[in-house]
Amino acid sequence: MPKEMQTNSKYALENRRYILSGAVILVVLIFIIRLFYLQVIENEYKMWADSNAFLKKTLYPSRGMIYDRNNKLLVFNQPAYDVMLIMREVKPFDTLDFCNTVNITKEQFIKRIADIKNKRLNPGYSSYVPQVFMNQLSAKDYGVLQEKLYKFPGFYIQNRTIREYEYPYAAHILGNIGEVNRRDIEQDNYYVQGDNSGRSGVERSYEKVLRGEKGVEILLRDAHGRIKGKYEEGRHDVAPVSGKSLTLSLDMDLQAYGELLLHNKIGCIVMTEPSTGEILCMVSTPTYDPNMLVGRQRGKNHAMLESDPLKPLFDRAIMAGYPPGSTFKPAMGLIFLQEDVITPETSYSCGHGYPPLGGKPACHSHFSPISLVPAIATSCNAFFCWGLRDMIDSRKRYPKVQEGFDIWRDHMLSMGYGRPLGIDLPSEKGGSIPTSKMYDKFYKGRWSSSTIISIAIGQGEVLATPLQICNLATTIANRGFFYTPHIVKEVHGGEMDPRFSVKHYPTIDKKNYEYIAEGMRNAVTGGTCRRAALPGIAVCGKTGTSENPHGKDHSIFMGFAPYENPQVAISVFVENAGFGATYAVPIAKLMLQKYLKGAIQESDKYLEDYIINTAILPRDAL
Amino acid sequence: MPYKKISIWRSIDWITILLYVIMIVAGWFSICGASYEYDNVGLFDPSGRPGSQLIWIGLSFVLIFIILMLDADFYSVFSYLIYGMIILLLIATVFLAPEIKGSRSWLVIGPLRLQPAEFAKFATALALAKCMSSYGFKLVSFKNFMLCMLIIFLPMVCILLQKETGSALVYLAFFLVLYREGMSGYVLLAGICAVTFFVLNMKFTGILVGATPMGELIVLVIIQLILTGLTFLVQHKNNTLPAKIIVVATAAVYLVAYLVLLLFSIPINFVHISLGIIAASCCFLIFLAIKNWVWHYLLIILFALLSVGFLFSVDYVFNEVLEPHQQVRIKVSLGLEDDPSGAGYNVNQSKIAIGSGGLLGKGFLNGTQTKLKYVPEQDTDFIFCTVGEEQGFIGSSLTLIVFAIFIIRLIILSEKQKTAFNRIYGYSVASIFFFHLVINIGMVIGLTPVIGIPLPFFSYGGSALWGFTILLFIFLRLDATRKER
Repeated sequence: MPKEMQTNSKYALENRRYILSGAVILVVLIFIIRLFYLQVIENEYKMWADSNAFLKKTLYPSRGMIYDRNNKLLVFNQPAYDVMLIMREVKPFDTLDFCNTVNITKEQFIKRIADIKNKRLNPGYSSYVPQVFMNQLSAKDYGVLQEKLYKFPGFYIQNRTIREYEYPYAAHILGNIGEVNRRDIEQDNYYVQGDNSGRSGVERSYEKVLRGEKGVEILLRDAHGRIKGKYEEGRHDVAPVSGKSLTLSLDMDLQAYGELLLHNKIGCIVMTEPSTGEILCMVSTPTYDPNMLVGRQRGKNHAMLESDPLKPLFDRAIMAGYPPGSTFKPAMGLIFLQEDVITPETSYSCGHGYPPLGGKPACHSHFSPISLVPAIATSCNAFFCWGLRDMIDSRKRYPKVQEGFDIWRDHMLSMGYGRPLGIDLPSEKGGSIPTSKMYDKFYKGRWSSSTIISIAIGQGEVLATPLQICNLATTIANRGFFYTPHIVKEVHGGEMDPRFSVKHYPTIDKKNYEYIAEGMRNAVTGGTCRRAALPGIAVCGKTGTSENPHGKDHSIFMGFAPYENPQVAISVFVENAGFGATYAVPIAKLMLQKYLKGAIQESDKYLEDYIINTAILPRDAL
Repeated sequence: MPYKKISIWRSIDWITILLYVIMIVAGWFSICGASYEYDNVGLFDPSGRPGSQLIWIGLSFVLIFIILMLDADFYSVFSYLIYGMIILLLIATVFLAPEIKGSRSWLVIGPLRLQPAEFAKFATALALAKCMSSYGFKLVSFKNFMLCMLIIFLPMVCILLQKETGSALVYLAFFLVLYREGMSGYVLLAGICAVTFFVLNMKFTGILVGATPMGELIVLVIIQLILTGLTFLVQHKNNTLPAKIIVVATAAVYLVAYLVLLLFSIPINFVHISLGIIAASCCFLIFLAIKNWVWHYLLIILFALLSVGFLFSVDYVFNEVLEPHQQVRIKVSLGLEDDPSGAGYNVNQSKIAIGSGGLLGKGFLNGTQTKLKYVPEQDTDFIFCTVGEEQGFIGSSLTLIVFAIFIIRLIILSEKQKTAFNRIYGYSVASIFFFHLVINIGMVIGLTPVIGIPLPFFSYGGSALWGFTILLFIFLRLDATRKER
């Protein structure tokens, strides 16, 4: 060493200042590069700082209310109480006392705690953040718990609102709300775990209108989790926007009366106002009290309704596809007239059935040959079979059977059959109108009217929802147009979807409707639905009997009233009730009377009692 | 004294004073940001921290005035006396001080709390300067060297006894002064290497990538880099060929090993590869040493062998001799253990605070991390977080640049000194500030272990501020004599 030290001249030592200064510059340079990385390149730190400091408290808006067409309040909000839990703040407490207070067992308590902590079930879990321990505590339990709350550190009560239904009716239309699931959250980032959204009915289809907009309050939270006030005096807070209320076109009295009439029967009643397309009532039975699907009993009751063999959750009025039976004949007649297959004077022979196929399908006794108007009035099967044959089998008219059939199908689609009409309710089905391709496949390209003759009388491959049948009645009542049927009449402080004010014109000329309307009027005055006649009101109607491979025929009625300037269109469907005239016609009569006259005339009281007290249910359900 | 005609105010170095004032003011604003409470007292209220820091700053100017008024010779004449008194105070502190936050370093006199360790720095610097500038002093003489060590380690041990590890480590900064005064660069290199190897090895210990333990690999790669660098520096007759050969060979071997790993997926332990490379390099250097008769090559070999030996003996002692709870304690005290509620939490929150500042910062008093107390010790050791969060990249790099200019200014002034005493004292001041800067900022931005020492002029606290002020202005007083004589 000494030898080396001596070689270090004074000059060499002075040069060490450069090494030392260099070291200072190097270190500061490294630090600046590191700072550049932390502050400019890496963006996550800003987020972390915000999530440290800002507690974003959601302010829930109140959900819009729902009224009927006569301004009766149907659905509103009631206070409810969620029990919240901040895991970090929990200290040992009397678990048994707590369980008794909120009416749960110790096992349920343990399971719930485990579920909250389970990151897979509850991805947003943090021991710092309030978690829902129990939702929608009843007011009574809430009162007891509130007094004892000081004994249970870490537990809090959060006020929420739940839906309440004023009337036990119209469950399918009003729908209900329930907690959002993972898929809802993924599809719409408005929702977070624990939020509610409409699950069915209007609650679902008008969810975005009803829910309003959540607000947010940004609070500052220090390292110990204490709230230190609002961030920048609440300048960034957003106030919640209340949901908009809705007025339905529904007449709740009429709906209630319809549900009463269909009590203990499986069926539907759909009534609309032809001049607007507004739905006046839409009954589907069996039904349930909408209050069953509210609050803490929701899960249990929903499971019970779901397992019921009569499917009360199934809204038959828009989801069931039935063979329309003879109610399809007016639509057939319209197409024949439009395509010049017949004139109003054209008569076909009927010998208790359709002659070319040896009297099948069969018909009842009436005079023969018969023209269109009386054929509608007496519901002659043969007439419409002849008509279909003349339309699609004649090679003079169309070169191929497929072509004729497609024209027929296009007319049907234009009248609203074969696909959903577009009502403002979720899960509407479209029934079924077969295609020529389907028949080609089925009959290997060799088919004619004889092969598919049952569609002429609304059987076979043809299916329609009760709403579609009512829509045909609406179109005939209007003599040639319909509005898309809708249940919401007005959005308070908002606009209705413009598609509900667009007139749809089927591909049938206006003049042709007059003959059909006349036939339907005659059916009431002297045809198949004489029992629908009301004094002073010119009711028009068409019965139907829909063959059902699973049991007795379904009883159907379709009609409108009055004959001139119609105010209401109706379709009634009663499953397994036999001829249309037997149940559907009297029910329609009572419904029309209730709506147009406001009360049931004395002479029909026996009929009302009879209908209400009759049960038509599958044997095993009785 | 016939020379003392030139006023001290004309001969003093105003550049340094300007930098000092800039840092004091910036530091005060940082303390305002760090200790601001939403619902609390105003900035100038003496019961709040900004207010009391303002008082410390005011008193500092009184101190400055006194220091500048004293004769420059005073410091040289009384340096041993001052040193002796401070050592006595440090020893007394060990016994008298109450325990505050686990350390016994605070003397409580009425409402005043003083930390003698902060004042021991300038005293040690004075004593060291006095010792090393004495007539006939030679650093290479064993006796003289040991005297220097005694001066440096005496206060260090006292402060360690006060359980103030961070403040004690600051005295290692004097080795930079010794280096300037002639100590071999190898000693400094060896020291820095030992600390770096130890920390890196600890930091990455137990992390396996494939079959390779990363801690050892990183250290071995650094050893190889230093070996190559030294070979480059100690070249013979401007011949850079040996260093180039080592670079190319090393790169080639690593590349081949990596390709073998990729193509045949044989689990290769790169530690073995690195050891092989170092061994091969050593053989090559022995060959060069014999061939050219350049014994410097042998020193490099010695360095490499000692480094590798150090690495594996640390490994062995740490993993085989120490109990697991002792291992954890060492790691936590080095700030290496990722302990979210302990040191790891501090560094993590401090990185969040700085990182969230972005390019321009959130603005004065707008930092959420610091205001909501997410960063512990945010107005003392972690004060730089406030700068980072509220002033952003621009503000924090400017702060660093000011510090760099300040330290380099001190080095320049030291070199201008005409006496060894002044120069050595000047280098002591520069080295102490540099050490504080490296350790404090390094800790806050997560580069060095968590060692609690203040950032000069920024951290809250009277003792620290006064200690640094005295340290600096004694040097400025000494420097002023350059023009007097």
